[in-house]
Amino acid sequence: MTGTGTEKGGGAGRPELLKISGVTKAYPGVIANSDVGFTVGEGEVHALLGENGAGKSTLVKMIYGLVRPDSGSMTFRGQPYQPAKPAEARRLGVAMVFQHFSLFEALNVAENVALGMESPPPMRELASRIRAVSEEYGLPLDPARMVGDLSAGERQRVEIIRCLLQDPKLLIMDEPTSVLTPQEVEILFKTLRQLSSEGTAILYISHKLEEIKALCDEATILRRGKVVGTCTPRERTAREMAELMVGTTLTPPERHPVDKGEVALGVSDLSVASPIPFGTSLKNVSFTVAKGEVLGIAGVAGNGQDELLLALSGELRVEPDRLRIASHAAGDLGPVERRKAGLVSAPEDRYGHAAAPDMSLIENAFLTGAIRRGLVNRGFIDWGKTRAFAEEVIAEYDVRTPGPEVAARALSGGNLQKFLMGRELNQSPSVIVINQPTWGVDAAAAAAIRQAILDRAAEGAAVVVISQDLDELLEVSDNFAVLNEGRLTKPVPVQGLTMDQIGLMMGGAHGMEVAHHAE
Amino acid sequence: MIRLEKRPNPSRFWLYATPPVAVLLTMVVGGILFAAMGKNPIEVIRTIFWDPIFGEFAFYLRGQLLVKAGPLILIAIGLALGFRAGIWNIGAEGQYIIGAICGAAVGLAVFPTENRLIFPAMVIAGAFGGWLWAMIPAILKTRFNTNEILVSLMLVYVAQTILAKASTSFLKNPEGMGFPGSRNFNTYPAAKNGYLIESLGLHWGGVAALVTAVLIYILLTRHIAGFQIRLAGQAPRAARFHGVNPTRLVVMCMGISGALAGLAGLFEVAGPAGQISIDFNTGYGFTAIIVAFLGRLNPLGIVLAGFLMALTYVGGEMASTNLGLPSAAIQVFQGMLLFFLLGVDVLTNYRFRLPAAAATAGAK
Repeated sequence: MTGTGTEKGGGAGRPELLKISGVTKAYPGVIANSDVGFTVGEGEVHALLGENGAGKSTLVKMIYGLVRPDSGSMTFRGQPYQPAKPAEARRLGVAMVFQHFSLFEALNVAENVALGMESPPPMRELASRIRAVSEEYGLPLDPARMVGDLSAGERQRVEIIRCLLQDPKLLIMDEPTSVLTPQEVEILFKTLRQLSSEGTAILYISHKLEEIKALCDEATILRRGKVVGTCTPRERTAREMAELMVGTTLTPPERHPVDKGEVALGVSDLSVASPIPFGTSLKNVSFTVAKGEVLGIAGVAGNGQDELLLALSGELRVEPDRLRIASHAAGDLGPVERRKAGLVSAPEDRYGHAAAPDMSLIENAFLTGAIRRGLVNRGFIDWGKTRAFAEEVIAEYDVRTPGPEVAARALSGGNLQKFLMGRELNQSPSVIVINQPTWGVDAAAAAAIRQAILDRAAEGAAVVVISQDLDELLEVSDNFAVLNEGRLTKPVPVQGLTMDQIGLMMGGAHGMEVAHHAE
Repeated sequence: MIRLEKRPNPSRFWLYATPPVAVLLTMVVGGILFAAMGKNPIEVIRTIFWDPIFGEFAFYLRGQLLVKAGPLILIAIGLALGFRAGIWNIGAEGQYIIGAICGAAVGLAVFPTENRLIFPAMVIAGAFGGWLWAMIPAILKTRFNTNEILVSLMLVYVAQTILAKASTSFLKNPEGMGFPGSRNFNTYPAAKNGYLIESLGLHWGGVAALVTAVLIYILLTRHIAGFQIRLAGQAPRAARFHGVNPTRLVVMCMGISGALAGLAGLFEVAGPAGQISIDFNTGYGFTAIIVAFLGRLNPLGIVLAGFLMALTYVGGEMASTNLGLPSAAIQVFQGMLLFFLLGVDVLTNYRFRLPAAAATAGAK
């Protein structure tokens, strides 16, 4: 690994495509990038690695013309490069696939692609070009399909094809695999390798180190806005890279085997219509979780995860005996009564669902902690006690914030997630339901969150973790099930599961059919 | 190009600076408007803002301030509660009218009995009338998902029709020699909302307004119901996650704002207005919307805003009688206040960013 300066790395013997040197960008109160420099060669797959808040997003936004650097210089294909807006960047041959898609669900694929173009060709011509590109790069996609009907993986293909139609020299991808099944990841990687072999450079942002090892030629590692090292991922272990990224030594979560107790949460034959437009209804979902057990529920986003969380948290009420908490019928209880019964939950969306973005951390601590932490006295709020609760969570979960009075929206995603996890886990719950516990959270914080979840399980809590991160699920779960189009496969023990079996469980097979497909 | 950028934390400075800045801007632009109408802007502004407090007739006009501010504050506080929760009751004017009719009807029904309980009964009936009128949009919203803005607004016109009917037929003064309008409460001591302190213009409505301000302030800052109201307004999904029942919230907020508007109507009709007449209402229910926002939807801010708005009423009347300014110009002036308030309010959560082009040359 080379030193801490700028302008190191670069493609071994490849002609230089993009060179960044001394780039600095400060926001009020925080320096997002400080004297950052690296080089990407033509056709190189270059990884940008870093924790949350390390400055990766700001950096690529500057390359894509969304943010203007305060100082520093960039050159692209030998020319000084300073895009004032994304359209300019696109014109020069830089394209970007965002983590969150910007697609209209009520329009079809071709229409969505056309919307992103400066001067779209006639629809029929565009459709045939989409078909041509999708075949060429092994990304099957029908231009006439409605985006609302597409899976997350297919939606990503729409975004990628939209970029490829511009014939980019540099393709930026921001955490592209977070929504994909293992099989879809393979397809994506094949496409990216093909692009790279044709001379298109790829700037790949991720914190999934195994992927970076499998795909990337070079990596630049950022920590707190600075380049802390460059390396060739194939020559490093994932752990070495993670430690460089985090700056400390990582320890995987410890598991203390516990005797499984009686059933703490039981769901039987639960079917409920989705309250979300274009949502997925739950169909005959059944499972039980015993005290001390962690049930991992995998699945590609949009297969009923949000609906399952709503049904478990009490926001969506069901028939009383469809859901039992410690053998008491609880299906018709609302969130308040379910918390009283010992069930806490953490939705995926932090800004607006799990937390009120404009409210302070103290008020957000009250949001769910009111009952189990005894913060209400005859209808009146004990703000002193609430503040103490918020401060306890901030200290215990290493939430980086100037204080508990700041608005939740001022915290970065990872920091807020730590706070929200702590808020639920510190209520001595008997049942914990979490959707995406570590989504967008840096490696060190993710490890801490997983450890905290396992600690609660060891104390006897029943835990349901819904996640799209398979590695995470395999790490924390005792049993494993997949949610697919609103149906849940029968939970199976994690031990002995192979990635292939999981992939088949995720990719359309409904429980019983897994064995059949596995031939 | 100048851009607006979201602040990470709301600015405390602009939270408090917004109302004074808006008032200043209103004075400047209003002054231009008055100048364009051929009036001396300085004189008009002075007549509106200075004379009622320190001018020649201030001894009388000062009392008028609380008379006008009372109902505005009472209604605005109720509205603010709903606005905080994202429930838009625009029909306070209608609830105010129906409250006045119900309260007055109770008093008129027992005329000329003298009993200490008559006035309290009228107060309760007034609040009930306003509550009832507000329940119509509330129930339509929770049952059929209708838009409460439209329904409550349209019900204002229904209420005005009922008011016209009341003053010409079922509440008409039998001894009124055929003129429209009810008996005058000033001639009926048991039902009269008289002044408690005449020089201040303080009657029971003013007392109710100030007490309500304190109670609602406590509700919003200390009580879980107030927390739920704020939460529902700021993050509806988080409110459901917290366990707020949206139906109950709509019914509660509409109910409180309706009841307070009804109270204001009763105090007005039994006091300063004196009788039910076709036009006893003077648009307090609509002006209260401006007052609610001018007071930052905060009960204590609303008390200040209520007095400011009362000032433009009292001063505006002075300006129209003394300087011949059309009353529509005063209404435009009041409307401007809301306009600038909402405009400047953006700065609480956003700030202007000048283009970085100056620093990094070469951009287009």
